[in-house]
Amino acid sequence: MKLKAPIFATLAAGAILATSAVAETELTVYTAVEAEDLARYAETFNASHPDIKINWVRDSTGIVTAKLLAERDNPQADVVWGLAATSLLLLKSEGMLEGYAPVGVEKLDAKFVDGDNPPAWVGMDAWVASVCYNTVEAEKAGLKPPTSWKDLTDPMYAGHLIMPNPNSSGTGFLDVSSWLQMFGEEGGWAYMDALHENIARYTHSGSKPCKLAAAGEIPIGISFAFRGAKSKAAGAPLEIIVPSEGVGWDMEATAIVAGTANLEAAKTLVDFTVTLEANEMYNTGYAVVAMPGVAKPVEHFPEGLLDAMIDNDFEFAANNRAAILSEWQSRYDGKSDPK
Amino acid sequence: MSDATLNTLPEGPNIKGKLSRDDIIMRAGMGVIALYLVVTMVFPLYAMLSKSFSTYQFDLATYELQVSDEEGNFSGEILNPLNLNATLGIYGDDDMITGSDGRLPLTKLFPDFSFRSTVKYKIRNKVEGGRFLVGSTLHTELDWLELDSNTFRRAQIRPVKATGFGNFINYFSTPALFNSIKNSLFIAVISTIVTVSLAFWFAYALNRSCMRFKGFFRLVAMAPILVPSLLPGIALVYLFGNQGMIKELLFGASIYGPIGIVIGSVFFTFPHAFLIISTALAISDARLYEAAVSLRASPWRTFWTVTIPGARYGLISAAFVVFNLVITDFGLPKVIGGQFNVLAVDIYKQVIGQQNFEMGAVVSVVLVIPAILAFGIDRMVQSKQVALLSARSVPYQPTPSAKMDGIFLAYCTGVALFVLGMLAVCQFAALIKFWPYDLNLSLNNYQFDKMDGGGWASYFNSIKLGLITAVVGTSIVFFGAYLVEKSNGFRIGRALFQMFAMLPMAIPGMVLGLAYIFFFNNPANPLNAVYGTMAILVICTVTHFYTVSHLTAVTALKQMDREFESVSASLKQPTLKLFGRVTVPVCLPSILDISIYLFVNAMTTVSAVVFLYSPKTTLASIAVLNMDDAGDVAPAAAMGMMIFYTNAAARIIHLIASRGILKRTQAWRTQ
Amino acid sequence: MNEVTAAANKYLSIDNLWKAFGDFLALKDISLDINEGEFVCFLGPSGCGKTTLLRAIAGLDLQTKGSVMQGGADVSNLPPSERDFGIVFQSYALFPNLTIEKNIAFGLENTGRGKSEIVVRVAELLDLVGLPDQGSKYPAQLSGGQQQRIALARAIATNPGLLLLDEPLSALDAKVRVHLRHEIKELQRKLGVTTVMVTHDQEEALSMADRIVVMNHGVIEQVGSPTDIYREPATLFVADFIGEMNQIPAQAGGSGKVKIGDAEMKSKPHEFAPGAPIVAAIRPEDVIPHGDGARSPGAPDVITTAENAFEVTVEEMEFLGSFWRCRLKSDRFGDAALIADFSINAVRRLELGEGKQMTIELPDERLMAFPRAEG
Repeated sequence: MKLKAPIFATLAAGAILATSAVAETELTVYTAVEAEDLARYAETFNASHPDIKINWVRDSTGIVTAKLLAERDNPQADVVWGLAATSLLLLKSEGMLEGYAPVGVEKLDAKFVDGDNPPAWVGMDAWVASVCYNTVEAEKAGLKPPTSWKDLTDPMYAGHLIMPNPNSSGTGFLDVSSWLQMFGEEGGWAYMDALHENIARYTHSGSKPCKLAAAGEIPIGISFAFRGAKSKAAGAPLEIIVPSEGVGWDMEATAIVAGTANLEAAKTLVDFTVTLEANEMYNTGYAVVAMPGVAKPVEHFPEGLLDAMIDNDFEFAANNRAAILSEWQSRYDGKSDPK
Repeated sequence: MSDATLNTLPEGPNIKGKLSRDDIIMRAGMGVIALYLVVTMVFPLYAMLSKSFSTYQFDLATYELQVSDEEGNFSGEILNPLNLNATLGIYGDDDMITGSDGRLPLTKLFPDFSFRSTVKYKIRNKVEGGRFLVGSTLHTELDWLELDSNTFRRAQIRPVKATGFGNFINYFSTPALFNSIKNSLFIAVISTIVTVSLAFWFAYALNRSCMRFKGFFRLVAMAPILVPSLLPGIALVYLFGNQGMIKELLFGASIYGPIGIVIGSVFFTFPHAFLIISTALAISDARLYEAAVSLRASPWRTFWTVTIPGARYGLISAAFVVFNLVITDFGLPKVIGGQFNVLAVDIYKQVIGQQNFEMGAVVSVVLVIPAILAFGIDRMVQSKQVALLSARSVPYQPTPSAKMDGIFLAYCTGVALFVLGMLAVCQFAALIKFWPYDLNLSLNNYQFDKMDGGGWASYFNSIKLGLITAVVGTSIVFFGAYLVEKSNGFRIGRALFQMFAMLPMAIPGMVLGLAYIFFFNNPANPLNAVYGTMAILVICTVTHFYTVSHLTAVTALKQMDREFESVSASLKQPTLKLFGRVTVPVCLPSILDISIYLFVNAMTTVSAVVFLYSPKTTLASIAVLNMDDAGDVAPAAAMGMMIFYTNAAARIIHLIASRGILKRTQAWRTQ
Repeated sequence: MNEVTAAANKYLSIDNLWKAFGDFLALKDISLDINEGEFVCFLGPSGCGKTTLLRAIAGLDLQTKGSVMQGGADVSNLPPSERDFGIVFQSYALFPNLTIEKNIAFGLENTGRGKSEIVVRVAELLDLVGLPDQGSKYPAQLSGGQQQRIALARAIATNPGLLLLDEPLSALDAKVRVHLRHEIKELQRKLGVTTVMVTHDQEEALSMADRIVVMNHGVIEQVGSPTDIYREPATLFVADFIGEMNQIPAQAGGSGKVKIGDAEMKSKPHEFAPGAPIVAAIRPEDVIPHGDGARSPGAPDVITTAENAFEVTVEEMEFLGSFWRCRLKSDRFGDAALIADFSINAVRRLELGEGKQMTIELPDERLMAFPRAEG
C-alpha cells in the first residue's frame, strides 16, 4: 500500500511526459528574455543545431531567479540563457553554476565575461534603464519632459510616475542599485525618499511601467529602453528619455547549471550564445551587445544611451541585494495609501 | 440472575469480527486515498510549517582569521571572529538573524582596515558546511585562503541554517509586512458586508417575489464563478483606471487599492454568497409566514422576526465563506491592489520577489489562521443548517405584488448589469486595438504566442488540466466518500479520513502551492519526479478543491438507503459490484456536478498553481496574471474571456450531457 | 424422546450474547435457541434491543460478547457475506435503478448459475410472491406492498437457511399489512425456512409467530407460543405490553389468595409471602358480568354467592365496535378503576349503562399476582 501512491504518481507523471518524448537531446533553458524573442532565438540556434531542442522556461527576472534558487538542491534547468547578471551572481555565490569558457569567448568585451577562470557566466547584451514618457498624456496633465533623474522629484510629477518594485523586478532593482552607485548610499536613499512622494504605485514587472505609459494609464513610467522602443514602434505616443546623470544597466547573460545531465549539449548551446550570429541576433532588440563592433543602431532607441550607461559594479549589486531590498521595503513598501 | 450482574459486561475478550474480502478491499482503498491526502496535503503543510521555523543566521564561531603585519608576514595567531565581535561589539544578536540570501562583511571586525593597506588576511572555514564568499565565489573548503586587503574587502560570510522563531520575530517587527494583516482583514470584512447584503436581497428577490426573468437572473448571478478572480480587476482598470471609461464616478479616488479590491471581490464572491443564502431562503417554512399574517404582523416585523432568523445560518455561513475567499485571494489584489499590501500578495512577493521562502512560509502560517477560524465557524453553522433542513416544512409560495416585484426587478437588473458589465468590458477591451489611442477592432490581442504566459499552449494546457482534474478528481473524491460513508466499523480511521477531507477548504491556495514547492521539490522525496509536470498541477488542484467535492459526494451518498450494502452482503455479492451497478448510476447527477465543479475551478485557479507551473504546463489563468503583470492588459482580458467562454461551454455541454445520460440511466426516476 | 428431537432440530443458537455501545448495554446476556423451520418474532418496544439482536445474528453489527451458532457452525465473528441468510428491511432497500427482475437476480449472479437458469428462477420467484408480470418495471412503479414482496423474493432467491425480517410491514398501511402478514406466513410455511422477524406490533407477532421472544431493556422477558405469552405472561411487563391488563395494587393473601383493599379473593396460585405487596392483574375480557342485571343506584345489594364477585358502579362506557369497554368503580379499588370488556350481547341483556350498578366476578384462574415495587 505504501508503494502504491509513488507508483501512481510516477505513472501519471510519465504518461504526461511521454507525449513530448523525442529522439533528440532536450535542454531545459531558463530565461527572462521577452517572450516574443524566444522563438526567434530558438530558430536561429536550431538552424545550425537541429539535434538540440530547447524547452523554454520563461518568466520575469525575479521569478526565474526564485525558481532557480528554490531548485538549488534539485536543479531543473540545464542552461540559463538570458538572465540578469546580478541574478547569475547570486547563483554563482550559491555554487550553482558550472564554470565553462565557451569557444570564442575571447572575442567578447571583457566587461561581459565573469572574471573567474573558467568564467561562470558570459554576457549577451546590455539592458538599459530609461524613462518612458507619454507625450499625449503629459500634455493633458500639463507636464514638462524631465531631463534628469533629479527632475523626477519635482512636485509637478506627483502621482504621474510609476516604477517597478525592486523586490519583484530586476529592472526596478537595477534602477535602485544605480541610484545608490551614482548618488552614494545616503544620497541614493534621499533621492528615493523624494521620488517616492511622486510615485503613483510600484508595479511587479519591469516592462509594465512602460506599457502603462504607452497605454496612457500613466504619463511617465520608469522602465527600460528596449521596452520603450517596442511600444513606440507599436504606435504609442512615447518619448524615451535618458536621464542626464547616467542610467543603470544590467546585462543578460548565459551560464550552465552545475550538475546538468546534458553537459555536452549545454556547452554546445553556450558556445553558440557567444558567436557573431548570436550577437547579431541580440542586436535586434538591444543596442549594446557583448561582441564589440557588432551593434547596429536600433530603431526608436534614444541617442546617447551607450554613453549614459554607468560603470556598473555587479558585485556590489549582488552582494548588497538582500540588504538593499529589505531597506527599500521598510522605507516604501508599507505605504498603503497610494497617491 | 441479579440486576447487578446485568449491568456490567462479563470479563473476557470481546468478539473480534473476521474481516470479509470486501472489508479488506474497502479499508485498503480508504487507506490509499487517506494516504493520498496525507501525502498531498499533510506532508506539504508540515514541510511548510517547518520551513517557517527554519532561520538563517551567521555563525561567527565557524570561521578563523589571521592578519599579517604591514609586510605581509603572518604571526600565526589565529583570530576567531566571534571573539573579535565580542570585544568590539560591532554586530548585535539581531544582526546575526538573516535570510537565505544574507551576507556579512568581515572588514568591520578590523577597525583599522583599509583596502589600500598592504596588510594581508587569511580566512578559512573551521568546520565542514561553513560557507563564505570572496566576490561571488563560494568557498566551502577548510584550507586557509590568503587575501590581500583589497580582496579581503570582498570577503563575506554566508549564513547557516538554524531553527527558531526568528522569522516570526522578524515578521512582526517589520511594519511593511505586519500592516498587511490589518489590510487583509479590512478588505475581507468590507467585502463580506457588501457582498452578503447584495446577495441577500438578490436571493430574496428570486425566492420571495413574483418578478419576471428569475431564470435569467439566476444564470447571471452564477457567471462570475466561471472566470478567474483577477478578471474583474482588469475590467476595473478599463472602467476606473486613469484612462477609464467612467473614471469620473470615483471623484478622483484611485481604483488601485482597497476600492478596487472590494469591488472586484464583491464580483467574484457574489455567486458563492448568493447560492448559500438562496438555499437558506428556499427552505424557510411557509407556515411561519401564515402564522405571522394571522397575527397581523406588519411585513417589516415579519421580515425581522421570521425571514432573517430563518435565514440566519445561511447568512452567517455566506459571510464566512466570502470572508475566506477574499482574505485568501491572490489574483485580484495583485492586479488592482496597487500599494495596498495584503497577505496573499505578500507571500508572492516574498517568494517570487525576494526569494525569501522562509518569510513566505511565515506569511502563509499567518494567513492560515484567519482562514481556519472562518472555516471552523462556517462548519459549525452548517451542521446546524442541516438540522433545519431535515425538519418538515412547507415551501413558501410568494404572492404577486406589482410594487414590490417592480422594485426587485429594478434591483436585480442593477446587479445583473454590474456582473454583465464587467464581463462585457473585458470582452470589449480584448477586441480594441490599442486602448485608448486606437479604438479600431482587431484580434491582435488574441495573438497570445507573442506575449508572456505561454501563449495558446497555456490555454490548451488549462483545458487538459481541467479534463484530467475532472476525471481523476471525481474518481478519487467519489470513491473516497463512498468508502468512508459505507464501510463497516473502523471508526477511528473513518473519522480521521473525514478530517483530512475537510482540511483542504481551510488551506488557502497560495499556502498549498508554496507547501508543494517545499515538499515536492526536494530531491530526497521519492515523489520528486512529479515536480514540474502536469501531474503536480492535477494533484494540487484536486486537493485544493477536495472538500466541496467530498461534501457533494457525501450528501448524495447519504440519500442512498443505508441497507443496500447489508442486502448485497447477505446476497454474497462483492460491494464493488454494488458500487458499480447501483451506487454510481444512482449518484450520477452528483458525480457530474463534482466533475464540472472541478473542471471550472481548474480553469480559473491561480493561487494554488502559480508556484507550480512549468514551461510545458503554463496555464491560461496564470497567463492572464502574467500578461497583466507585463503590462499586456488587453491580451490578459482576452485570455480571461477565453476562460469564461470555455467554462460556459463546458457548463452547457455538462447540462446537455447530463440530461442525455440521465434520460438513459435514470429512467427509474421519471416513471 | 421429545428432548432429542428438539436438540436435533436446533438451527440457530445464541449463547450469552452481550452488545455494548460505549457505556450503554443494548443486549444483556441473551441466550436463545431457534429450531429449524420455526417462525420466531422478536417483540418489544423501540429501544429494547430486538433489532440489535437481529443484526448480530446477521453479522451486520457484531455482538460484543457471546456466540452465535447457525446450522451447527460457529458464525460468531463471521462477516455477513460468509453467513447464510436472506434479509428484508422496513425500507425494502430495493435498488432503484434496476428493474424488478434484475433486483431479484442480483444475488443469483456469480453463483455458478447460467443465464437461462437465472431467468427461470426469477420467474419462479415472481410467481411465488404473486407478481408474475411485473419483472420489467422499476421499484418506484410498484406499490409499497408489492415492493416488499419483491424484497422478499430477492431475499429468498438463493435459498438461504435463515430468513431475517426487520420490521418488514411497518412502512405499509394497515390493510396491506394485514394481508401481507398471511402471505408471508404462508410463504414461510411453504418454504420451511427458519425465520426471525423483528416487530413492535404485538398483533403481528401473535398472528404470525410460532414462538414469540418478548424483549425489554436488552433482556428477554419471556419466550413462548403466542397463546402462552398472552395467557400466561411471565412478567408484568409482558402482561402489560401484550394485550390489555388491569393492574390493581394489592397484597398477597394466603396461598392462592390476594387481598384487594380489605377483601381477600382467590387467585392463581403464587409464591408470595402473605402481606407482600403485589399487583393483582386481570385482562378486561376476563371480567365476568353476573346475570342479575344492572340496577339503579340506591337499590339494595344483591347477595352474591361466588367468592370473587362484588359490586361495582359503571362509570363510563365506550363502544369499540365488537364490544363495549367499561370503566368500573368500586370502593375496594379506591380511586383506581377496573376496565372490563363486555360483549354487545351481555350489555344488551344486562341493560348496562353509565351510572348503573352491577355485580362482576374476577375468575380466580385468570386473576394473576405479580411483584410490586414498594413505594
